[in-house]
Amino acid sequence: MAYDKFNILTSSAVPLPIENVDTDQIIPARFLKATERKGFGDNLFRDWRYNNDGSEKKDFVLNNPIYSGRILVGGKNFGSGSSREHAAWAVYDYGFRCVVSSFFADIFRNNCLNIGVLPVQVSADFLDDVFRAIEKDPNTQFEVNLPNQTITIKSTGAQESFDINAYKKANLLNGFDDIDYLLNITDQITEFASDRPL
Amino acid sequence: MTAKKTLFDKVWDSHVVQHIENGPDVLFIDRHMVHEVTSPVAFLGIKNRGIKVMYPEKTFATADHNTPTINQHLPVEDPLSANQLKMLEENANEFGISYWGLGHEKNGIVHVVGPEYGITQPGATIVCGDSHTSTHGAFGAIAFGIGTSEVEMVLATQCIMQTKPKSMRINVEGQLNFGVTPKDVALYIISQLSTSGATGYFVEYAGQVFRDMSMEGRMTVCNLSIEMGARGGMIAPDEKTFDYVKGREFTPTGEAWEKAMAYWKTLPTDEGATFDKEITFNASDIEPMITYGTNPGMGIGISSGIPKADSLEGGVATYQKSLQYMNFNEGDSMMGKKIDFVFLGSCTNGRIEDFRLFTSLVKGRKKADNVTAWLVPGSHKVEKAIKDEGLLDILNEAGFELREPGCSACLAMNDDKVPAGKYAVSTSNRNFEGRQGPGARTLLASPLVAAAAAVTGKVTDPRELMEMQTA
Ligand code: SF4
Repeated sequence: MAYDKFNILTSSAVPLPIENVDTDQIIPARFLKATERKGFGDNLFRDWRYNNDGSEKKDFVLNNPIYSGRILVGGKNFGSGSSREHAAWAVYDYGFRCVVSSFFADIFRNNCLNIGVLPVQVSADFLDDVFRAIEKDPNTQFEVNLPNQTITIKSTGAQESFDINAYKKANLLNGFDDIDYLLNITDQITEFASDRPL
Repeated sequence: MTAKKTLFDKVWDSHVVQHIENGPDVLFIDRHMVHEVTSPVAFLGIKNRGIKVMYPEKTFATADHNTPTINQHLPVEDPLSANQLKMLEENANEFGISYWGLGHEKNGIVHVVGPEYGITQPGATIVCGDSHTSTHGAFGAIAFGIGTSEVEMVLATQCIMQTKPKSMRINVEGQLNFGVTPKDVALYIISQLSTSGATGYFVEYAGQVFRDMSMEGRMTVCNLSIEMGARGGMIAPDEKTFDYVKGREFTPTGEAWEKAMAYWKTLPTDEGATFDKEITFNASDIEPMITYGTNPGMGIGISSGIPKADSLEGGVATYQKSLQYMNFNEGDSMMGKKIDFVFLGSCTNGRIEDFRLFTSLVKGRKKADNVTAWLVPGSHKVEKAIKDEGLLDILNEAGFELREPGCSACLAMNDDKVPAGKYAVSTSNRNFEGRQGPGARTLLASPLVAAAAAVTGKVTDPRELMEMQTA
């Protein structure tokens, strides 16, 4: 599925300083019954966001109007658990294009990269700085610069670089996905398959 | 002299169609399992591109996540679930994929039926849009969970793009103590490594404990690899593996079998091959395990207490939030805590051996009145074995009923939901907040610990009951 190109994102950020946020929290299983990729943003963090009667939980960050932006900042080991890509869809559909954490679970990171959400892994110290900056001023702007592979806290100028492999980077910059690539090498795949036993 | 290679290297390297400089490998996939929840958007993608499934005979579909576990002969009540099931059937038919839907004799949980019918084979690459695909690693396959975009890639091209993970070997040496099962071994390892301790790695399990373990037990251990963050786990194929695989529907026969065997025997890690990380544990340190928190790494030996926050290296707020959700206190003993539900099932512990263990302990006892028990076989084949081996009679005698196969309360997408605030001792794999129903509190444990809880109504060390039995 095609997505918007990612280049430089400047935005405020939403802080979620909790560790081991698993994909069952990001999108609970009972919302996985759709057969189209639509409307998942409404159920992002459903059980942390809403009471059983559907009313908002006032103390949850997404319900706090002082926080907004296209960057979600999470605690260590973000996105663990289930492989559901729906978790990444929910993050994207809600309006986030970038997730910042000091550590990501593998499948979640892959899923994000496949649908145009940029996972930015920073050091634990830098993550603390990010949380502190938002605490001080919820409107603090961050610049996520994909071409340079840097993230900057605009108010303090603090900057850190992040890793991303060159292939995935090119995909995000151009809005390409892996299937486009694979469909271009089907001859090579067919040849490879011809002498596989299974 | 050729370089020494690990089991993982051998299987991975032989499946690389293309290596992209500074990028991922294009990895060929031998077997693809699909289910109703993570596939519809992938099929939609194929249709939108106007293309076909490249190798439909390499993809197998079963319905499990959403399916009811009673009255499977009746139409599915929940319209959304029914729609997903219908979509899977239609997609399978349209693209020529074999489909084992509700009521089909081969129906069951993807990771249970794959091995049962010989779809799972040593040396293969196996993927599925479900993280517990790691189960199939028990056969010496590279098996891991993928996202829906990747499901679409495999349907379209039989390949996915993956960066090769690092390798880790986990050795458990010695012999397991009385009452300690493969589930306890896995929960113990996760408690030592944490839920992110193996992120970025593919794990090989080695040592006497895994050599001695049955194929069912190996599947339980590999299944839980993902809960320590690993991409997958695998165990070198040996005679037990070959005996298990032999004669199953999708297993090669005749000359092809001989050829396959010759290849499979070359797969074990070469002596002297190195891993990026290697850890060794002693089997004698492991006792029956139980979790007390909201991730699978929060597990302890059943006789020890809940750790104090000041013994942790940070993350105190997250830890306390977790205990608050469970309504437990630091330092509490788990023993004697009252429970409300018992769930025996899932791709972790829904195989025949798990039912044998559970039954061995409840035999001659009665289900506690305060406990609701869901006993859910992993497949129809398991269900049949439970009946054929006479286990069902023993279970009925003890006040238990058997449900029909499916994922059930493992992720509570169907009606098998634990109510808010209630405690469930579950043989499944995840104790995340709300995993078994909004507000539900899950204690992960082995089938023996689950059985002990089911007959006493509280957390109980199964060894006490087993000793009474043998005395
Ligand atoms: S039993 Fe649970 S973990 Fe296993 S396939 Fe079903 S939902 Fe996934």
